[in-house]
Amino acid sequence: MQVQMTVNDQSVSHDVEPRLLLVHFLRQTLGLTGTHWGCDTSNCGTCVVLMDGEPVKSCTVLAAMASGREVRTVEGLEVDGELDPLQEGFMEEHGLQCGFCTPGMLMTASHLLEHNPDPDEETIREAISGQICRCTGYATIVRSIQWAAEQRRANRAAGNGGAPTAAETEEVRS
Amino acid sequence: MTATADPAAEERPIGFGRLKRKEDPRFIRGQGNYLDDITLPGMLHGAMLRSPVAHGRIVAIDTSEALAHPKVHAVITGSDLEGLNLAWMPTLSNDTQAVLATDKVRFQGQEVAFVVADDHYAARDALELIDVEYEMLDAVIDPHRALEPDAPVIRDDLENKTDNHIFDWEAGDAEATEAAFAEADVVVSQDMVYPRSHPAPMETCGAVADYDKVSGKLTLYETTQAPHAHRTLYALVAGIPEHKIRVISPDIGGGFGNKVGIYPGYVCAVVGSIVSGRPVKWVEDRSENLMSTSFARDYHMHGEIAATNDGKILAVRTKVLADHGAFNSTAQPTKFPAGFFHVFAGSYDLRVAHCSVTGAYTNKAPGGVAYACSFRITEAVYLIERMVDVLADELELDPAELRLQNFIRAEQFPYANPTGWEYDSGDYEKTMRVALDLAGYDELLREQAERRERDDGGPLMGIGLSFFTEAVGAGPRRHMDIVGLGMADGAELRIHPTGKAVVRLSVQTQGQGHETTFAQIVAEELGIPPEDIDVVHGDTDQTPFGLGTYGSRSTPVSGGAVAMVSRQVREKARKIAGAMLEADPDDLEWEKGRFFVKGDPDQAATMAEIALAAHGTIELPEGVDGNLDGEVTYDPPNLTFPYGAYLCVVDIDPGTGTVKVRRFIAVDDCGTRINPMIVEGQIHGGLTDGVGMALMQHIDFDEQGNCLAASFMDYLVPTAMEVPDWETGETVTPSPHHPIGAKGVGESATVGSPPAVVNAVVDALSPYGVRHVDMPCFPGRVWEALDAARSSSRGAGS
Repeated sequence: MQVQMTVNDQSVSHDVEPRLLLVHFLRQTLGLTGTHWGCDTSNCGTCVVLMDGEPVKSCTVLAAMASGREVRTVEGLEVDGELDPLQEGFMEEHGLQCGFCTPGMLMTASHLLEHNPDPDEETIREAISGQICRCTGYATIVRSIQWAAEQRRANRAAGNGGAPTAAETEEVRS
Repeated sequence: MTATADPAAEERPIGFGRLKRKEDPRFIRGQGNYLDDITLPGMLHGAMLRSPVAHGRIVAIDTSEALAHPKVHAVITGSDLEGLNLAWMPTLSNDTQAVLATDKVRFQGQEVAFVVADDHYAARDALELIDVEYEMLDAVIDPHRALEPDAPVIRDDLENKTDNHIFDWEAGDAEATEAAFAEADVVVSQDMVYPRSHPAPMETCGAVADYDKVSGKLTLYETTQAPHAHRTLYALVAGIPEHKIRVISPDIGGGFGNKVGIYPGYVCAVVGSIVSGRPVKWVEDRSENLMSTSFARDYHMHGEIAATNDGKILAVRTKVLADHGAFNSTAQPTKFPAGFFHVFAGSYDLRVAHCSVTGAYTNKAPGGVAYACSFRITEAVYLIERMVDVLADELELDPAELRLQNFIRAEQFPYANPTGWEYDSGDYEKTMRVALDLAGYDELLREQAERRERDDGGPLMGIGLSFFTEAVGAGPRRHMDIVGLGMADGAELRIHPTGKAVVRLSVQTQGQGHETTFAQIVAEELGIPPEDIDVVHGDTDQTPFGLGTYGSRSTPVSGGAVAMVSRQVREKARKIAGAMLEADPDDLEWEKGRFFVKGDPDQAATMAEIALAAHGTIELPEGVDGNLDGEVTYDPPNLTFPYGAYLCVVDIDPGTGTVKVRRFIAVDDCGTRINPMIVEGQIHGGLTDGVGMALMQHIDFDEQGNCLAASFMDYLVPTAMEVPDWETGETVTPSPHHPIGAKGVGESATVGSPPAVVNAVVDALSPYGVRHVDMPCFPGRVWEALDAARSSSRGAGS
């Protein structure tokens, strides 16, 4: 069957088996191997991508279900050669070791910071609780996300933060 | 006011210090290159058919329907492999293991047939089309049952094998230990099980085999922690000449020992490539990983401890029944079938100790040593640290005081322990006191006493301590080998003409940050900035021979190699600098990055200038050839003995038995810290492993041998919600025999933390008379222990 979606701002269209999982579509059909696969049961979260802005476990989404939607993967975090503060934060605070869970962690964290620019530790831990890391013990991941949150707030205060966050948009609406 | 350091230098030390990792830029962009990211032209995909039963005779295998599948290229069975003499392979413990079962299946999940197809969906479809008829046999799951005379014999493939016994092994002086027990005031014993666990790295195991029929060269991409050892084993087993095998270990998504051994899937990928003439990829799924690859522990221990009434520990001894599963494939030095378990006398100044270990086959997955355990030191440390707490309970002494009273004292190092180890260096009391201070131990005791006094039905607070001594960095090669290969490691260093460098390692990072720390060792020794040093590893065609990364051996062994090769190059540079500066090399002084003439610092040559001269046209001193390269193989003179003091605080819900880790304090002494950020990261990860094993992780089986933890739905590993923010501290006592004084740290926290958690759980329940709870301390298990203790105390009171 034909699926069409936008992946990291690029429109893609492919003829695929109806049973093809989104994670395999991204990795094998599109060659975007930054999104990883780690379990079969939606427990580990290495495969998290954003679909229409919401984090989903791409091992539990069919490529067909993503048709017509907008998908963002770890490869889409860096914009015009500029790293997302989260990517910098993970390097600054040693939020990764083997790096396998990192793309999923980054995508979930980016959703969190879009909706909560200043999350406390408990909030961050809960946000990443659908994801497993076997290397870091999580404390440095929490610190990495806090580092990024601070950086994003500083960027925004300096007026170079780009588009408003979802949280800000919601605030304006309400 | 202290002088402020140059912030730039602090940001990027030329040598040891906190340095952001060189490998991170690719990982945070999703640009890592893991096994499953590899795609070769014309590549086919393999899938493994596995046994649904734990013990059964194979009556017939019908592959005809699978072969008829339009996308299937080959279906390989054990009888096909028999023709190639590849149906069985040697294990890392000199046993044999079936690559694909021919006669019987011996554990649930055992490899039975391998399909090669156009894509992995099709390969999996074809598995459904293979028809295997099994004659069911009784499964043996309990190792005690395995040793009963009438137990079904699992390994009837072995000549004259009539039981399930693998080995008996002992260490220490049984007679002297018995004498010490006979004269002791107090003897306490405790049975305990270190349950079967699994490392479960986020990336499962896999391989891409690419056999070139024309050149006869096999390029094998593998998730392996030991590429060189694998290459040699493939050469010995498969008969492919060693120079025609190239093993490449790409980025590894976590190993923890899970990726030490050779798995049947790797061999089948190779056979698949030879048969099909095309590259073949095989990647296991999570269930396959949990059910069939190297498990850990499964040690059933009876411990005894002897002491005087005032708390002087005299002796310890233990009997262990070790469940090795269906094939004895633990990775450990040949002389030591129970690994380094005999370090179990721990951190205490004991006169005597004795242990005996019996290994048994069961109908469970093979493996045994995997999972950040430093060759069974996890089990040893758990035993002694639980026994010390049991003794403290018996004598009604404070567990911290009891430990402090019995520690090996700083002035006793190097210390010959009663089971044959020579501990290199330590100051245990100091480290223990740092941990107690960091925790606020007295305040915690006060809080606990108040809560117990209040007895208001609130959470039960427990405080648990452990103090571990590790033995890591195997070799020395004269004592230690893996299937005959001495446990040494090579390093090659090349300084390019412009002063940039490349260092080549035999060890393999799985997230430990070798590309950063090994560059820092060269930087420390030669003054070349780490960013100017490329670290090459994970490719047998590009790196020197060595045994690889496990047992926390990278820094102790390969780190030693890199320091020594750097010094070799520095000495060569000294000679060349002498020629450049027209000075006697002995009159030159070294200052990080340059040589200068004694008393005349302006007469100097930097490493970059020396490198250019080495490759240039100046007349080189006699015996010096025109490069600035070096190579060494480092054979460590002894193991290194990192140690640490851990303290865990738990709160237990008395209504449900749920254990919450409130605080965890870890003070580690791993000698010199090359990159403190990475060391801390290693410790954090190990602590999380420890909490997981103590509270959650269990590879359990039912009576038929069905694995009850075959997915992350059932095999529970900690998420961010189950672990606290780690509180760490350090003391630094360098190893006197290691070139840079570093001891290794990768497994310290995994080894040291489980007893701290269990001691805390038991401490919380101790007012009710509970003295032991086996891991994992699941809520149900804790609640039952509490309930039984309360019932019996009510019974006694009525």
